[in-house]
Amino acid sequence: MSKMHIRTTINGDQVDFLGSPQQSLLDALRDEVGKLGTKEGCGTGDCGACSVIVDGRLVCSCLMLAAEAEGAEITTIEGIAEGDGLHPIQQKFLEHAALQCGVCTPGFIVAAKALLDRNPNPDERTIRYWLAGNLCRCTGYDKIVRAVQDAAQELAHEA
Amino acid sequence: MGEFAYVAPSNVADAVGVLHDHANSGRRAQVLAGGTDLLVQLRGLDKAPRTIVDVKKIAETNRLDIGSDGIYIGAAIPSAVLNENQELKSLLPGLIEAADLIGSTQIQGRASLGGNLCNSSPAADTIPAMIADRGVCVIVGSGGEREVPVEAFCTGVGTNVMTGDEFLLGLKFPRPPANTGDAYLRFIPRTEMDIAVAGAGVSVTLDGSGTCTAARVGIGAVAPTPLLVPEAAAALVGTAVDDEALAAAGAACSAAASPITDKRGTVEYRRKVVAVLCRRAGAIARDRALAA
Repeated sequence: MSKMHIRTTINGDQVDFLGSPQQSLLDALRDEVGKLGTKEGCGTGDCGACSVIVDGRLVCSCLMLAAEAEGAEITTIEGIAEGDGLHPIQQKFLEHAALQCGVCTPGFIVAAKALLDRNPNPDERTIRYWLAGNLCRCTGYDKIVRAVQDAAQELAHEA
Repeated sequence: MGEFAYVAPSNVADAVGVLHDHANSGRRAQVLAGGTDLLVQLRGLDKAPRTIVDVKKIAETNRLDIGSDGIYIGAAIPSAVLNENQELKSLLPGLIEAADLIGSTQIQGRASLGGNLCNSSPAADTIPAMIADRGVCVIVGSGGEREVPVEAFCTGVGTNVMTGDEFLLGLKFPRPPANTGDAYLRFIPRTEMDIAVAGAGVSVTLDGSGTCTAARVGIGAVAPTPLLVPEAAAALVGTAVDDEALAAAGAACSAAASPITDKRGTVEYRRKVVAVLCRRAGAIARDRALAA
């Protein structure tokens, strides 16, 4: 089948690519755009490894067709840090050892960013519910939740 | 995923045209809203070619109107958007809670009431809540628009009343009168993100003395389709929605249920639990009506 010309904004840059109608946004990000930070876990919207922000909403990129992203503003893990430094969420994941194999980590960080953008001071319960769609099979969740709490504090000091 | 084409019509006429052409020529078309069910199905065993018709670019599927008479919710509006609308949440809290039970934050960003309804699962959480809130489906096709009450929409497991070239534009609800409350509860063995073993939605309207003047009860996951249970509503009308009336309404739900035994629960368990959920949801709806 013929390819479709899809125009998007990814991490602030205009990105046009050719995608097939059957391609998920996840596959297009990885295979057409070369953004390999977004990971495929389950491919059925259960694990959150492929989380990206589309027009301000946290979504599973495996549950969107690339064609649906026409005209959309997308933020991937590559767009979280500013410049060469790490974003405070990324820094806190390192400090708290909130990752082991790392496959779930981009999804967790994008999801945490979406949360803190909306709610800069979430309580633990809010963080746990917000991140409930992100699965980690290595660390357990306590370190991840603590990293997000600590990042929220750090961001509050910066502001 | 299997082979398919993708089109995103920008208006109702174009969408109906695509669906009509497919229906006429025996080709398969499937309507896409948030895609949280459809994309999973596209990765499944059924690889038959089809055209995916994305209806999210159509104004009517995205419109949210809260008027003095009624409420219109576009079929493709994501749950997260509904959940952030404080006016809607204060008018139909039970419906919004039902929508908020479905899936993770990520799923909430895409999943819609229209998609939940058109997927027509017996266990869909929003359907009993929409039934309780007197929801009406606005369906459009080459024959024009028609309206179908939510309780008459599903015809079986995964099937509904829409024919070849029809699709769902949105859902209408009467604006709840004064002293009305609604609630939806489901039972799952985990704390969240699971499929209902049973569910119950209740809406009650009280008069100034606290006597119930109107009620609606919808139940889910206990029959091939979500059900309206008029006998349960009748057990509440004329009462103060006290424990005795709620017990009678619950018993009516158990009687109306025709569940199956599967990995989520047995026939006996589902019959029992749907009564408990009706009682508890009824008490929440009553308390909301008293506070409204």
